[in-house]
Amino acid sequence: MGELKRTPLYEWHKARGARLIDFAGWEMPVYYEGIVAEHQATREKAGMFDLSHMGEIEVKGPDALEYLQSVMTNDVSAITDGQAQYSVMCYENGTIVDDLLITKLPDRYMLVVNASNIDKDFNWLKSHIKGRVEVVDRSDEFSIIAVQGPKSEDIIAEVYGESLRNLLYYHAVELDYQGKKNVVLLSRTGYTGEDGFEILLPNEFALETWNKLFDAGEKYGLTPVGLGARDTLRMEMKFALYGHDISDQTNPLEAGLGWVVKLDKEFVGAPVLRSIKEKGLERKLVAFEMVDRGIPRQHCPVVIDGKPVGEVTSGNVSPSTGKSVGLAYVPTAYSKIGTEIAIDIRGKILKAIIVKAPFVPSHVKK
Amino acid sequence: MNTNALKFTEDHEWIRIEGKKAYIGISEYAQKELGDIVYVELPPVGEKFTAGDELAEVESVKAVSNIFCPLSGEVLEVNEELAHSPELINKDPYGQGWIAIIEIENPDELNDLMNSEEYDEFCSSL
Repeated sequence: MGELKRTPLYEWHKARGARLIDFAGWEMPVYYEGIVAEHQATREKAGMFDLSHMGEIEVKGPDALEYLQSVMTNDVSAITDGQAQYSVMCYENGTIVDDLLITKLPDRYMLVVNASNIDKDFNWLKSHIKGRVEVVDRSDEFSIIAVQGPKSEDIIAEVYGESLRNLLYYHAVELDYQGKKNVVLLSRTGYTGEDGFEILLPNEFALETWNKLFDAGEKYGLTPVGLGARDTLRMEMKFALYGHDISDQTNPLEAGLGWVVKLDKEFVGAPVLRSIKEKGLERKLVAFEMVDRGIPRQHCPVVIDGKPVGEVTSGNVSPSTGKSVGLAYVPTAYSKIGTEIAIDIRGKILKAIIVKAPFVPSHVKK
Repeated sequence: MNTNALKFTEDHEWIRIEGKKAYIGISEYAQKELGDIVYVELPPVGEKFTAGDELAEVESVKAVSNIFCPLSGEVLEVNEELAHSPELINKDPYGQGWIAIIEIENPDELNDLMNSEEYDEFCSSL
């Protein structure tokens, strides 16, 4: 592999025997032991993920809120200090620039964006600045470690203190580290559907923190988890993945993200989204289960009455259920739960059925 | 697992000869490359294959891989266990993870295969 970027945990992954791949220009672990084992460990005990490749963009200034309101689909005024929010950013035509997490802190907003979109997002945000606002790309300074699973609270409490057990879902705290104030941002957020935490911290503390968490977590069954299981975990929850279920070819309404789109607000893309909502959605992102044997993959056509009518955006075997499942866009007329569809998997037309999502229940601590 | 008696192909299939029968599977190297195997498409019993034809398909969580028939012949038996336990290929690639048994049509084709030592050398060059 050529000039790939490496996180502060790269040597640890390598020493552990991780299978490394190129992900968005980073040399990342796709698995250590195996995707299925790591997936199950996260659902049953706890998994630890290196997410340092993701982007961190800081927004500050007296007009920060007004500015963010103009570029985010969600209502950023709804979050107070120490609260996080999931949102989407849209182009004028209503399609999606990226999905992201925004955390409000006393002196700034911290945006965490997809690794594959960092430069795009930063440039787009800068091009829409209005008022007294500063937008800074701090991705090169920060690492992110996620601990997810039923045992994650025990592990975080041991490393960061018992009081952290009371951290509410989608809330965050700033913590001191080695005499430096507020350098660690600990949030009760995640991409797995399990109770979990995400730790955003300066690169120079990442390896030490990873080791501390691992030492504390081993007795609870903490397992390192690669990007392969990260994908199967999020897919079981029908969480969107940019480049698959959402992209600059999809709008948030058809992707099922209407709940983070506040159409009574003005933001880039709002007028188009309002007219789309009024006219009615042409297609919808649905969850489906294979009936015939086969594994659906991204780009497999969805076939109804012998005609291709949509495409699979994500597909795999769900390690928790053993079933072959996926997400796909289908015309609205065929999007009801229970609708029989077919998937063209490498030339074979195989039966499938639209089902309720998520495929497994959520265990976040709401 | 003692692989000394096995023959190998450059596509990482192994062959174990028992008289006129050839047991076929994929190697330790292959199963490791693929990761967790979640689905195996087995060939129909009775179908005839020529060496080099696509015999079976093995799908891991990440990708699909074709298994090529190393020898010409008829499929005598397939490992039905793989239908509900595809992970046998990961756990025991040379034993319980066998894929199919072919009736050897042309014993000369065996000469084109690598022995265990040659295969190990081949893998270290990859």
